[in-house]
Amino acid sequence: MKKLLVLTTAMAGLALPGLAQEVTVMGWGGAYTASQIEAYHKPFTAKTGIKVNSVDADNPATPIKAQVEARNVSIDVASVEIADAVRLCDEGLVEIIDAASLPAAPDGTPAMEDFIEGTLSECMVPTDVFSTVVAYDASKFPNGGPTTIADFFDTAKFPGKRGVKKGAKVMLEMALMADGVPAAEVYEVLGTAEGVDRAFAKLSSIKNDAVFWEAGSQPPQLLADGEVSMTIAWNGRIFNAAMADNKPFEIMWDGQVFEWEGWVIPKGAPNMEAALEFVKFSTSTEPLAAAANWISYGPPRKSSAPLVGTFKNEGKVPMSPHLPTSPENLTNALASSLEFWADHDTELNERFNAWLAAN
Amino acid sequence: MPIPSYATPLERFWQYTYRVICGLVFLFLIAPILIVIPLSFNVEPYFTFTERMLAFDPEGYSLRWYDTLLTFGMQAPEAPRDAAWWGDAWRNAHWIKATKNSIIIGAFSTLLATVLGTLAALGLSRPEMPFRSTIMAILISPMIVPLIITATGLFFFYSMTGLAGSYLGIILAHATLGIPFVIITVTATLVGFDHSLTRAAASLGAAPSTTFFRITMPLILPGVISGALFAFVTSFDEVVVVLFVAGHEQQTIPRQMWNGIREQISPAILAVATILVLVSIALLSTVELLRRRSERLRGVTPR
Amino acid sequence: MSATDPLTTADGLPLKRALMRAQRSARWRAFVLVAPLLLFVVVTFLVPIGQMLHRSVHNPAFPANMPALTEWFRATPAGTSPDDRAFAALAADLKQAAANRTVAIVGTRINYDLPGTRSLFTATGRRAAALAPPFRTALLEADARWGDPALWAAMRNASSAYTPGFYLSALDLTRGNDGTIERVPEQRRVYVPLFLRTFGLSAAITGLCLLLAFPIAHMLATLPLRWSNLLMILVLLPFWTSLLVRTTSWIVLLQQQGVINSTLVALGILGDDGRLTMIYNQTGTVIAMTHVLLPFMVLPLYSVMRTINPAYVRAARSLGATSWTAFRRIYLPQTVPGIGAGALLVFILAVGYYITPALVGGASGQLISNLIAFHMQDSLNWSLAAALSALLLGAVVILYWLYDRLIGIDNMKLG
Repeated sequence: MKKLLVLTTAMAGLALPGLAQEVTVMGWGGAYTASQIEAYHKPFTAKTGIKVNSVDADNPATPIKAQVEARNVSIDVASVEIADAVRLCDEGLVEIIDAASLPAAPDGTPAMEDFIEGTLSECMVPTDVFSTVVAYDASKFPNGGPTTIADFFDTAKFPGKRGVKKGAKVMLEMALMADGVPAAEVYEVLGTAEGVDRAFAKLSSIKNDAVFWEAGSQPPQLLADGEVSMTIAWNGRIFNAAMADNKPFEIMWDGQVFEWEGWVIPKGAPNMEAALEFVKFSTSTEPLAAAANWISYGPPRKSSAPLVGTFKNEGKVPMSPHLPTSPENLTNALASSLEFWADHDTELNERFNAWLAAN
Repeated sequence: MPIPSYATPLERFWQYTYRVICGLVFLFLIAPILIVIPLSFNVEPYFTFTERMLAFDPEGYSLRWYDTLLTFGMQAPEAPRDAAWWGDAWRNAHWIKATKNSIIIGAFSTLLATVLGTLAALGLSRPEMPFRSTIMAILISPMIVPLIITATGLFFFYSMTGLAGSYLGIILAHATLGIPFVIITVTATLVGFDHSLTRAAASLGAAPSTTFFRITMPLILPGVISGALFAFVTSFDEVVVVLFVAGHEQQTIPRQMWNGIREQISPAILAVATILVLVSIALLSTVELLRRRSERLRGVTPR
Repeated sequence: MSATDPLTTADGLPLKRALMRAQRSARWRAFVLVAPLLLFVVVTFLVPIGQMLHRSVHNPAFPANMPALTEWFRATPAGTSPDDRAFAALAADLKQAAANRTVAIVGTRINYDLPGTRSLFTATGRRAAALAPPFRTALLEADARWGDPALWAAMRNASSAYTPGFYLSALDLTRGNDGTIERVPEQRRVYVPLFLRTFGLSAAITGLCLLLAFPIAHMLATLPLRWSNLLMILVLLPFWTSLLVRTTSWIVLLQQQGVINSTLVALGILGDDGRLTMIYNQTGTVIAMTHVLLPFMVLPLYSVMRTINPAYVRAARSLGATSWTAFRRIYLPQTVPGIGAGALLVFILAVGYYITPALVGGASGQLISNLIAFHMQDSLNWSLAAALSALLLGAVVILYWLYDRLIGIDNMKLG
């Protein structure tokens, strides 16, 4: 009995929540989370004394939805893509954040005007623009790497395995662009049943050579391990892996699909006040610019752009040309449609999963 | 098993082939476990034996991956290694945190499983036990039901009861998973149990509790301990339930490994693997010694 | 005391009653020892699983958020084509749901039965506030799909919280517009093929385990104790080693730049561009799972083979049987209980495996467990995950029952 008593008291002690001020932030892991820790978490703790717990997920939108629907929320702030933010907002799973309450630019421009138009949405405060691109190992293609998005689907011309994102979003757009649909018409075509069939038919052409990845840190690893010669990846992950480990990784910008992402606060977040404070701090001008020095994703505030410097502030590699929004990277680019994906994400992912499971 | 002298050449040939086949199967069993050990000392971040390693050049080996186990997650890994550095490692290093969690969860769930499981095994091995086989089937079922189903059920149940993301939730779940092992090992010990010993004690005037602690307990103790070790290993190795119902505070070693394997399988994972292999060798030796001791004690002839 | 008097104990009770009482109290004492654990397992294991099974037939998303339309469905018989009252109820519910931000939840629910309809709900929901009577025209103008009989049939099915629909989905079946059950179009058939793949791969793994375990179990059973105890450690060590460690090892061994490929390339057997793909596909799943489950086959085989008297085989040989005949006719039949126990155990464990296929299976090596995890964690179709779990659980319970009948749970051995 005494043993049992000791056990139960010990358990009760373990189950007690921490009393210190803290906020739990869910990110995408790998180099991206590392950049956020440097640019947001550390300065925030230094300034406010509030501890930031960093947690990773393949795509935080999913665990957030699961947590809120199960009424068991442990995350205070999460980084999600804008289409997912709109979707979660539609479903009432995340808090509405009043954009007027965000800090103004250093020159006094209100936040509503300082953020690039179309990036602010009801429930999300943007942190960066990122792009999904084709990346390859230059050493595998001594005669020159791929130059167009169609080359990714051409295993005859460019032999080798392909790293493919395990999800419908972006993969379907890229398949259509590779199949000859101009960027401007992609969503129109994808809105029809024939268009969806066409995209899946194109994907099927490389299914046997595909290695599917789920977490953003997997594609650079797949390239490094030689498991694939070419992969779909997020541009910042490839840039950072190439810089950090001196790898011959190249990014092909043709057919890139860029999109905004940012913070949401799930309904029922345990530390709501600290969460809001964290969001306000991290999306002010300087932290946003600082983040762009740690990973090649662009800041959403106009006032941040001039402050973007060099990689890790080491003065060697200027960051601007490596951002998705740099003009030379935008020659054949597609802006991801948040309306389209907010409505069709569930359906097309279900189809993608059926496609994946079918032999 | 010497080859008899009357064996035909074909039989001789078959005997040698048979030995080679057995050797290969044993190699298949053991090689994958041992291969990680040398590779975890690789100075390069690759999973192959480099030429320097094959030449046993000390330059080809290093402890760098073991070092990253300490530094990963620390606030200031570059600081000089004084008391503050070790304090930082103790509080913040991911692998150290995971180890602490694994040990806490493993210890409490083992305690729970062993106490409840041993009591139940004592009851189950009594011939008077009603509905014996049905109850036994229920108690063993956590071992048989696929973990994904258990985890799915617990996810809904814990979300409803507020146990999700708590140490208590994981401990209860792991105790449930460890119980079948305790039951199986303890009932196996009780199969050879000579009940006249307890009757003798009772007839000599011992109270039931005295009989239990002085007679029964020492005899079944080896079984209880190996059951407890099984339960501990079950908890120590479990990842599916942790994936589904643990919060970020309860990350265990296997959970941390799962992350590492999926995202960046660096030789640091192999360093963890090596440590775990050594732990399992230690546990296995303990269980083997206990089993032999138990057989000796109970006078069962060794097999 | 005459011979016909019932025997009594010292305190005068008839012996029969006293014995019964003693037995009852013995039964009671035994049960009291088991009760705490039984209660514990019921609460932490059986109740959660029962709750999950309930979820597989219960989904209140539609009736909870579309009350007016649910009422209309309840008042009209199945097959009634929607009248003006139905459209008015639909419009009212959509307006309310849009205000409550629950349109997407309803859309997701209908989308399970009729893929491609979630966007219909969310898009209309965004403009629901502007809907004005007559609602039939207004809704059909917003989107012509609101007139689709298939949609109305799906909504009617979803309007009752209790539904067998998720089991139909889990078996690749669907209900047609007229309520008959039919198979879904071929490109959407996912689950039945995956169940078949799971059983097929599990059978293959079981077969491989048997093939590998038989010779070494035989060797362990026939070697002198000193040697067999030593070799037994080679079987038990994998058993005690973390599953994740073993899976990691196989990744290290099998991947393109891994130990096996690199060795083969270094030996000149393979060209550098001809490296074998042995992982992130079915091959990876089969190899790694065979390794993981092999001890579960060796141990029961060994414990049966150890009891086989070598004199029988010798007797057969001395009566003129060739060694092959002696093995086939005398030895092999005696090992059948061990083969049965091992094969059933390995098969039961294999059909529910999750971790190993998730890490080394790629796309083609996934089993049904991985799809359950997908619906739990990614698509969040929890009712379907529960239905798939229930089917898998059913299969496992049948096998477990078979195991208990044929071998007996008491005979399960661990090392």
